[in-house]
Amino acid sequence: MSGALLDVRDLSVRTLASPHTTLVDEVSFSLHAGEAFTLLGESGSGKSLLAQAIVGNLPNTLQARGVIRVGKREMRAEHAGEQRALWGRELALLPQEPWAALDPTMRALPQVAETYQLVCGYETKEARARANTDLARLGLAAHAHKFPHLLSGGMAQRVAFAATVAGGAPMLIVDEPTKGLDHALRDQIVSLLKDVLAAGGAAFVITHDVSVPRSLGGTVAVMRDAQILEIGPSDTVLQQPAHSYTRALLAAEPARWPIIDDASMCRDGDPESREPLLTASALTQRFGEHTLFQNVDVTLQRGERISITGPSGSGKTTLGNVLLGLRTPSAGSVTRARELHPQAFQKLYQDPLAAFAPQLQIRVALRDLMQLHRLQDDAYLPWLEKLGLSDALLDRLPAQVSGGELQRIALARILALKPALIFADEPTSRLDPISQQQTMALLISSIAEQGGALLLVTHDPFLAQKLTHRQIEIGDMRDEPNV
Amino acid sequence: MQLHPPARIGLHPFAQIGLHRLWQALLVALVVGTLTFFLLRLLPGDMAFRIAASRYGYDLVSAAAAESVRAELGLDRPMFLALLSWWRDLMQLNLGNSLVSGEPVLHELAHELGNTLQLAGVALLLSAVIGVPLGMLAGSRPGGVIDRVTLALAVLLRALPPFVLGLVLIVVFAVQVSVLPAAGHGAPSHIVLPALTLALPLAALSCRVARDAMVSVGQSAYFAFALTKGLSQRQALLRHGLRNVGVPVVAYLGVQMVVLVEGVVIVETLFAWPGIGHALVHAIFGRDVPMIQGTALAMGLLFVLFNALIDVACHTIDPRRKATS
Amino acid sequence: MSASINTSTAVYLVANTTRKTHKIPVYIGILILLFLVCIAAFAPLFNRFDAISQNLDRVREAPSLEHWLGTDHLGRDQWARLAAALRVSLGSALIAVLVAACIGCGLGVLAAWRGGGAERAISAFADATMALPGLLLVLLVASLSPGAYALLYLGVALSMWVEYFRVVRAMSHRVLSGSPVEAARLLGFGPLYIVRRYLLPELLPVIGTLMCFGVSAAVLAVAALGFVGVGLQPPAAELGVMLIELMPYYEEAPWLLAAPSACLLLLLIALVLLAGEKDPR
Repeated sequence: MSGALLDVRDLSVRTLASPHTTLVDEVSFSLHAGEAFTLLGESGSGKSLLAQAIVGNLPNTLQARGVIRVGKREMRAEHAGEQRALWGRELALLPQEPWAALDPTMRALPQVAETYQLVCGYETKEARARANTDLARLGLAAHAHKFPHLLSGGMAQRVAFAATVAGGAPMLIVDEPTKGLDHALRDQIVSLLKDVLAAGGAAFVITHDVSVPRSLGGTVAVMRDAQILEIGPSDTVLQQPAHSYTRALLAAEPARWPIIDDASMCRDGDPESREPLLTASALTQRFGEHTLFQNVDVTLQRGERISITGPSGSGKTTLGNVLLGLRTPSAGSVTRARELHPQAFQKLYQDPLAAFAPQLQIRVALRDLMQLHRLQDDAYLPWLEKLGLSDALLDRLPAQVSGGELQRIALARILALKPALIFADEPTSRLDPISQQQTMALLISSIAEQGGALLLVTHDPFLAQKLTHRQIEIGDMRDEPNV
Repeated sequence: MQLHPPARIGLHPFAQIGLHRLWQALLVALVVGTLTFFLLRLLPGDMAFRIAASRYGYDLVSAAAAESVRAELGLDRPMFLALLSWWRDLMQLNLGNSLVSGEPVLHELAHELGNTLQLAGVALLLSAVIGVPLGMLAGSRPGGVIDRVTLALAVLLRALPPFVLGLVLIVVFAVQVSVLPAAGHGAPSHIVLPALTLALPLAALSCRVARDAMVSVGQSAYFAFALTKGLSQRQALLRHGLRNVGVPVVAYLGVQMVVLVEGVVIVETLFAWPGIGHALVHAIFGRDVPMIQGTALAMGLLFVLFNALIDVACHTIDPRRKATS
Repeated sequence: MSASINTSTAVYLVANTTRKTHKIPVYIGILILLFLVCIAAFAPLFNRFDAISQNLDRVREAPSLEHWLGTDHLGRDQWARLAAALRVSLGSALIAVLVAACIGCGLGVLAAWRGGGAERAISAFADATMALPGLLLVLLVASLSPGAYALLYLGVALSMWVEYFRVVRAMSHRVLSGSPVEAARLLGFGPLYIVRRYLLPELLPVIGTLMCFGVSAAVLAVAALGFVGVGLQPPAAELGVMLIELMPYYEEAPWLLAAPSACLLLLLIALVLLAGEKDPR
């Protein structure tokens, strides 16, 4: 194991307050030059803490134990901060949210150049020249002198990447690099990582996105409840998973979902004979000089499921809001079927917290809604049971309920009104793959039960393809600065 | 990754700041002018006689002189027309003569303005020197000893009226220890106590603002990134900490200007500092309407000017900031 | 803080106040305030002297059983004067702040809800008020008729309503355009319900904090004006007026100056504590 760039032996993380609570339980692995190591697992499994323990920036309330060797240097994990001398030079950490990681008051170029200058010790001029070369190689020559708020997400990600690797550290730690990113950005980060591997570096990647290890190869480990369940070469683990949890995780990838086979859409007979639920023609939305979408036509039949796909920032949500009547388009018209009641169109939010009054007990909010619509006080209860929610949850405030549960409560609330159309705006993008699959399955089946229609906004083309009858794709505005 | 609203097309940001503040300056003139106009109308006794007396002396004033003043000021005209001509005079900076000294108001203001600017400048500098470093020190260890002590001091200073603070300083430094003069003007030592009285409450505020900014910078992703890139704590602080702490501290100076301008009125009176605030209080005391108008106008315009400068400073250090908030 | 009658300094503190403030300082603040209110309200019942009767044979006496806090330079009972001054300061400041808060909040919600021309008109009026530092505006309004209580406090209310307007309008805009309200409208809830369940829970704590700062700013402004001689006029018993009157005697009768200073300081500290200082963590 002498050639390993990173060697971790019996690494554990515990809370200081209760030493018996183990958050990471005696993990060992090693990583060689040119290799990738991917750690898969859902949120709360301890995978991020493992990365923080390796890097040496655990919160003060946590205590790590074990041996970490980076290059030739061996450290005890309990001596927090020993790794700090290696930051940038031996050990680099790619920030999770590139936009937030860039100093808002500094232009892109100096943020890369300062690594060369202060970490590698180049003269100012030489450092700037090197940073310029790096940015140009990443296709950012024209954007080197921009402030971060003028960069698109993809550009910010590349700037952060350049600043991270400029120090020349062979060992790169990457925590959730694809969280909330669309596929193009995800592919970009994966190809950047491949470049690092090709140049003789090594990457330790944490993700719940199975496609990342599939592209990177190397070793894959699956983590749950503080322990590594399975570890092995990526081909083996991804093709013939030994553990049942790994199989569930792989099956939860939208690309592998079964296509929903239903004829429910036309069960009301010939769709031609009835007025469509919603007709929109020639919709255009502009923000100042910037055009989000132009001349979009949409017709939605009862019971139909359609999706709007496109990269982040392309205006998917805006289009959905226009169709729902929440927003007036710059041009074009939206017509609803005439006999619909005013609350026939409902919306599920990406962040379920955003759909509730923050200081109102959920039970009170639901009771108020039932009274408003002259329903039984507990008309939502059957849906609550069907969606697998316990009644006790309702006594809490929205922020005290987990994201997945709150999203299902939001769904139950809407279903009680028997809407003709539900607009679901990335309803599962904040959930891990297994919860995502469960929530989506519940969403589809309960809408089908009521004969309602679904308008799904998603950045995941597989999700759209598996769940909906039709997809509307809107423009690619990537690398257009968001001004 | 939400979209930013499109930049407003056309005007340079500094031009936008200028326009906005020009509008504010106009409002200042209107408010001050209108209020002093009614003040003039409400004065007891024959206004024209009083003004004439201030010009020619009580012994020499005659009915004819009073009559000519009446005509000159339009006191015999209907209220609305008189207000219009009052405004017109104001816009032409025709502020008249002091009823007390008989000197042109502009002439007196020019003298006082310098004194006030001197006092305000020293106070502002002092407050920055005291407040900002203490705040950054407190913010680098939230909940630590310095943080708690500065918090307690800030609460106390916020509760302490400026005139009580001034009295305390006078009692301690001028009377008990006798190291500094209590009042007066001329020697450099005269400025210490009034400037300190103005500066301490300002420092309390900038200390808390700097402290909060420091805490949020310390928790920010870009500061963490600077460290993991390999920069030392000191390098990260110098390159990414200072400017980001500076943004709210400078932005908050705008609010501090209110405190400063109001404090000037009280502190100058307390320490007999011959500035605009002192003159304003004396003018109100002596019902010297042209001087009230002149001093209030000067203070209001000073306030607008400072705010415009702060806008420009904010825009220069923070590229995200829109010209007018 | 300081003489700032504009509570804009408070706005900063409000904006950065986490809901988790320590409870104990708030209770201490309430206790001090209750104590001062009791003095203001009940002192006359236990005192046979009033606040303006002079007795030039007995000036600058030390506290005694007869005169609890001694007598001032004109032989007036200091305890009676202090209670009267507290009544004036607390009572009038509270009324001025209530008036300012009602006008400001009402116009703020109105502007945020209606938008358009109504919002622009109210904003222009607010801009005109904001153009001058608050104390200057009070000074000008009050100088229309020196010594008139009503005009002085009218000036205070006039200079303070903008703060409530600005904060309430900004918060209402944020809440009303937020997705929780969008969701509520989609579910069919009307304006009254949205105000009650969504807007008020957000607004009330902030308005409460602003009002605490407002009362202290009003007390301070009136005292400051009294102190420099352009606020309430002698023989009115007012904290600032008392301070300036008694200042010449601070060496021979320090208790005379100490009583109103301590009173003012206690009042302001109580209000600061009540408003809730930020949690240092």
